[in-house]
Amino acid sequence: MSEEKYLLEVEHLKQYFPVKEGFSKVPLKAVDDVSFAIKPGETLGLVGESGCGKTTVGRTLLRLYQPTAGRITFDGEVLFDSEKKIDVDMQLYRKKMQMVFQDPYSSLDPRMTVEDIIGEPLDVHKLYSSKAERRDKILSLMETVGLNAEHAMRYAHEFSGGQRQRIGIARALAVNPKFIVCDEPVSALDVSIQAQVVNMFEELQEKLGIAYLFIAHDLLVVRHISDRIAVMYLGHIMEIADSDELNENPIHPYTHSLLSAVPIPDPNIARQSKRIILEGDVPSPLKMPSGCPFRTRCPYAQEDCAKVMPALKEVSPGHSVACHHIEDISRIKKGVLLN
Amino acid sequence: MENKEVKKSFLSAQVDLSKFNAGNFEKATDDEKRQQDVMGESTTFLKDGLRRLRKNPLAMGSIVVLVAIILVILVAPHIVPYSYDEVITVNGQRDKTMTNLSFMCYSDKELAYMEETGEDLFPHIFGTDGLGRDYFIRVIYGTRVSLAVGIVAAIMVVLIGIVYGSVAGYFGGKVDLIMMRIVDIIYSLPDMLIIILMSVVLKEVLQGKLVGTVLDRLGTNMISMFIVFGLLYWVSMARLIRGQILTIKNNEYVLAAKCIGTSNRKILTSHILPNCLSVIIITTALQIPSAIFTESYLSFLGLGVSIPLSSLGSLANDARAGMQSYPARLVIPAVIICLIVLALNLLGDGLRDAFDTKLD
Ligand SMILES: Nc1ncnc2c1ncn2[C@@H]1O[C@H](COP(=O)(O)OP(=O)(O)O)[C@@H](O)[C@H]1O
Ligand code: SF4
Ligand SMILES: [Mg+2]
Repeated sequence: MSEEKYLLEVEHLKQYFPVKEGFSKVPLKAVDDVSFAIKPGETLGLVGESGCGKTTVGRTLLRLYQPTAGRITFDGEVLFDSEKKIDVDMQLYRKKMQMVFQDPYSSLDPRMTVEDIIGEPLDVHKLYSSKAERRDKILSLMETVGLNAEHAMRYAHEFSGGQRQRIGIARALAVNPKFIVCDEPVSALDVSIQAQVVNMFEELQEKLGIAYLFIAHDLLVVRHISDRIAVMYLGHIMEIADSDELNENPIHPYTHSLLSAVPIPDPNIARQSKRIILEGDVPSPLKMPSGCPFRTRCPYAQEDCAKVMPALKEVSPGHSVACHHIEDISRIKKGVLLN
Repeated sequence: MENKEVKKSFLSAQVDLSKFNAGNFEKATDDEKRQQDVMGESTTFLKDGLRRLRKNPLAMGSIVVLVAIILVILVAPHIVPYSYDEVITVNGQRDKTMTNLSFMCYSDKELAYMEETGEDLFPHIFGTDGLGRDYFIRVIYGTRVSLAVGIVAAIMVVLIGIVYGSVAGYFGGKVDLIMMRIVDIIYSLPDMLIIILMSVVLKEVLQGKLVGTVLDRLGTNMISMFIVFGLLYWVSMARLIRGQILTIKNNEYVLAAKCIGTSNRKILTSHILPNCLSVIIITTALQIPSAIFTESYLSFLGLGVSIPLSSLGSLANDARAGMQSYPARLVIPAVIICLIVLALNLLGDGLRDAFDTKLD
């Protein structure tokens, strides 16, 4: 792993939120020791149930929240390092890293016209020399994301969900970023529109070479767009691998359950496949289980799972898993297949 | 499928396609397709709100009443030749029949004067009071004072409330905690007691120092009332603004602005406060009647404007003595207070309905 190859590197990132419990404050471990890296122009998918800390990862690495601990490197520059006490001013990097938000309704100011929403990043970073240039840039951005330029003077509330998300994407693109965090950008949209928007993300990547951290709560969307996929559970990354590898050769029991939740279009195959339905609820991040966070719902859990948190281990090149009993699980699985 | 004869049920509303062939159809041009983009007429927030407001008969009626009252109190003093503190005389001479006149009546001296000179004197529309002062002009001035007190106090309350509330709400954390505990303490103070104590103290302190200023005419009671409004009454406004800002702060568009690199001050002034504006306007409209009511209430207790200036409350108070014989003198200011307070409340409600909607 040579360092320069990566655009963004996140190491041991932690984000604890202080929450009140009675009179004392306890840390809510929303993100606990997460590491990953993204190459230029690459898409890393991040999946996990809602509440597992995906949004927090995205916001923390963009420094919308102050990280509790860890190290963030972008484009060869260390942006944050809790040990070396490095904490750079983000203003310069706001031009290089952007975010597309989950909720297309609350992420656009209802008192602003589309022109002003897309123009705000241009204003902040002074990316134009004349009024005409500002307008031209806005109109060409609107065209890029497939919006009718005649609607520039309209208010965000006059648009449909899909169109609003396009406005949000245009706003993120305005500064010409190298990296965009897409926080469940399609989960609030109608299924028919989801595909359009996902395709647009792909086209933009091809054209502009942007790297994405693409967050979603189900594998279906992420599988399509991602080069690599990280599976998250309760603030930890459980498995990370190339997209195809993860689909064909999933190892972690949680990944199994996620994959089995993906609808299968062919009813014959669907009938034969066994659904893994997880029992119980996700534990509260305030009452994290000891050892492996997944052990309360894991069908393979053994005694030692409650003692030590399994570290992320590389099982094959580029494929890492955090589980104590990888061998047992693959043996049991093979047994199931033989029967 | 072509030319296949299908018998059409006579009740069917389906278009009979057999009558058409391909030549009857032509492709829609891009222009025509664009018409299918379903988008309503572009509206701004203000236009949209005003349109809704116009549809609300109660709110529009209130506006008419308020405008009428304001026009009358602005114009009347220029037309009526009497002053609020002037005892009616003819050629500098008083007469007994001058007092407690009924509607549109003249005193004996005035009648004699008109007969003598053939000149028409301005009628006493609401008659005169116990001291022989024109009651109509006193009511006009009373309304002026009451409205002015209400508006000034409301503006004061709103300004302090916005600044305090937005600082507490935006910065949050410890700042918010301390600022809100102060608010809690102020909230628990008995306002009437403080107004009474304050006006007693101010009367002592300011005695003779204000001669010749507007404040002198209003009197120490009014000054203490303003001070108490400024000290105590902004707290509910501050709480409200803080709550608004806390909710607006959690919207993703604020986070998006941060992500873009917009400065804190710009976020507060260009994203957060504009989104509170409707609430601010509405509460201001509702704050005015509350101030008017407090002033009237204090004046009625004898703690209001100092004589000879009148306010609606003090007029009602003065009328108490002759309530049996001259009930109109109590009814008139009471009705005007009711009209103003009711109209402002209805207008505030109308504004809330028109502007305080989720835009989606
Ligand atoms: N600002 C915050 N303060 C306190 N707790 C938070 C905050 N943001 C998120 N959390 C908590 O952190 C956990 C992870 O949340 P989030 O990152 O939004 O999950 P996801 O995006 O995967 O649904 C949740 O339990 C949530 O309640
Ligand atoms: S470590 Fe244990 S509990 Fe956790 S996933 Fe592996 S087998 Fe299950
Ligand atoms: Mg989320």
